[in-house]
Amino acid sequence: MAGPEFEVPALSDYTVVPKIKEGATAHLKTFPAAEPTQTYLGYPYQLGEDWKERAIDRMGEILDKYRSVRVFMDACVHCGACTDKCHYFLGTADPNNMPVARQDLMRKVYRRYFTLPGKIAPWLVGAEDLTEDTLNQWHNYYHQCSECRRCSVYCPYGIDTAEITMAGREILNYVGIGQKYSSEILNKVQKIGNNLGLPGPALEDTLEGLEEDILDDTGVAVKIPLDVKGAEILLVTPSADFFSEPHVDSLIGYAKVFHAAGVSWTLSTHASEAGNFGLFNGNYETMRNVAMRIRDAAIELGVKRIIVGECGHAWRVAYAYWNTLTGIGWGGADEFSKQLQDQLDMRYPQPMHICEYTWDLIEKGALKFDKSQNDHRVITYHDSCNVARASRMGDEPGGQFTIPRNIIKAVANHFHDMPEGTIGEATFCCGGGGGMLTDDLIEARVKGALPRMNAYNSVVQKDKVNFLALICAICKAQFTKVLPYYGFDRGSVGGVHQLVSSAIKLD
Amino acid sequence: MTSLTVFFIGLFYFAALVLIGGVAYRIYEYSRTPAPLIIPTTPAPTTRSGVAMRMTREVVFFESLFKSNKWIWVFGWLFHVGLALVLFRHLRYFQEPVWFVVEFIQPFGKYASFAMVIGLAGLWARRFLVDRVRYISTPSDHLMLALLIAIGVSGMMMTFVAPTDIVALKAFALGLVVFDWHPLPNDLFLIAHLALVALLMIIFPISKLLHAPGIFFSPTRNMVDNPRERRHLAPWAAALDRNKN
Repeated sequence: MAGPEFEVPALSDYTVVPKIKEGATAHLKTFPAAEPTQTYLGYPYQLGEDWKERAIDRMGEILDKYRSVRVFMDACVHCGACTDKCHYFLGTADPNNMPVARQDLMRKVYRRYFTLPGKIAPWLVGAEDLTEDTLNQWHNYYHQCSECRRCSVYCPYGIDTAEITMAGREILNYVGIGQKYSSEILNKVQKIGNNLGLPGPALEDTLEGLEEDILDDTGVAVKIPLDVKGAEILLVTPSADFFSEPHVDSLIGYAKVFHAAGVSWTLSTHASEAGNFGLFNGNYETMRNVAMRIRDAAIELGVKRIIVGECGHAWRVAYAYWNTLTGIGWGGADEFSKQLQDQLDMRYPQPMHICEYTWDLIEKGALKFDKSQNDHRVITYHDSCNVARASRMGDEPGGQFTIPRNIIKAVANHFHDMPEGTIGEATFCCGGGGGMLTDDLIEARVKGALPRMNAYNSVVQKDKVNFLALICAICKAQFTKVLPYYGFDRGSVGGVHQLVSSAIKLD
Repeated sequence: MTSLTVFFIGLFYFAALVLIGGVAYRIYEYSRTPAPLIIPTTPAPTTRSGVAMRMTREVVFFESLFKSNKWIWVFGWLFHVGLALVLFRHLRYFQEPVWFVVEFIQPFGKYASFAMVIGLAGLWARRFLVDRVRYISTPSDHLMLALLIAIGVSGMMMTFVAPTDIVALKAFALGLVVFDWHPLPNDLFLIAHLALVALLMIIFPISKLLHAPGIFFSPTRNMVDNPRERRHLAPWAAALDRNKN
């Protein structure tokens, strides 16, 4: 496939804030969604006569339903603190990729239709009428945001551009401008059970093949069970883990950990997807419908614990939203929640991240490793944005940073962190999250990866790092695609449980 | 009583009503709008007292801004701390007898005005000098800084250069509070100062000054990171539970 022509930014070991270049990525348009998938999601597929009224109505509803959007529309003082924090701005120099400017694309409409000064003196406060041009700008720039929340760390009022991007995409969908990629995925996951549209029999075949591979490789009969009623653990993992490289190596890693722990576990065809693109598009009902499949599978299979595989946004939805959306968690006093609580094992947090599970076993001494199996690797760790800034692992704030690193250090000898300011809560997005992992946005993906690539390059140069470990399916796919643009080997990216898989000793 | 005095009495009652009523309405609006999902920017405190600490650090020290940009932090913090001291100092015009702390703060409050104006000037300079900030600045952003600097400078003129009749001013101000009205001294700096302050009060509830109440309602800062332990459900979202299950 002939890719679109664009200049790949020059690699360095430190990301410099560029001078703004107006319109630098104004040409980037993600493909619009077609009629069938939009209809299924309950949206029109093109602008109707009354699109403007619909857009304003929807904005009003969102302002009434989401405190985040309402407060964030008012609170910004244009101080500029966020202007150099977005990886898409750093990589493209387009000023509309500065978080505040991205928000202002919506704020100008909010001010015009919902505030007094914007109604009487729009020129004074940067208010503007909603036009088709505005919608086009939204379509461009709300699809050049990976909803990574880095800006929200640095905003003195905690304004989270992700909330605005989600609202913007919902309004766009509501007037008939969807995104092909997300729209199709939200169809597949609801009709078939996973984002890839992999039907049950195909999944079964794939897993059998993997079991044979593990047997050939290790001589141990490690099972990857599917739809086993009465299993103790339901593993919900991104469907990419079933057949994408390098994702599948982490799936093998989870299977080996469960095998070594001697527990009964299962995957589910009905809930063969941890990812939830409903998050990206800001539609609560869709996100809830997608998440509900996991509750249904858990009840159907009668499991005691629910564990989530390596996926960033999926872990955000699971950790922060499942309890709200589906009652998977503790503390709910209503019938709906209690039904599930009675079934789940109260000794554990629900849901649990696979890294929490593995680290817990390591701390108990239940897993044995031969660390030298990872000696050919010099490893660094990429904090995926949704794990870093929208979730937690373990009991302490920041466990999402320490637990994956502790696992790596337990299974490998050579580990080096990337520079301060590019990891932990300040981590730079891979450039492909939030519904942008599609070829029509490749230019934004490559350029948006620049700050991460620079940080990676600095440890490649300084510490001879050759392996980028992480726990997100989207990051894995994005880096596999983007690393070669910057002259790195696509095979140098992989999951934390891939490292576990290499080092674990099985009986 | 002169027509000037009558005008300013009316103006200040109006401004106070708009400020108090407007901000109260905004606070009502923010508090009645639900936050349907748990969205603190993590790592976040796991307890309410932890959140109170986080919010205190944010409001008193501008923690996130400090992480973000030292220039904005220095100017922004100078301005806000200066303003807080200056405002506190001004309490003496509205009380008799004057509280000890307000008495004590007087000299600090006087010189805090310099911090305030220097901070504002620094923030304004950034709107011209930094291309990214220039790009996002609207006319109202500039005018807001101009207004605040004009208030600061007109006040400083009276403090340091051309003192006004402070006894008469206090009688006027205190009179507003106890509804026993006294004439306003006819002094150019004073009239400018008071008119601009009234303007600031009036635009407060319809401008970006809403960041002041807004920060307390910011879900990324004020929510507790406990989603696995507590089921958090907005009323409109709870209705979905009932309808479909």
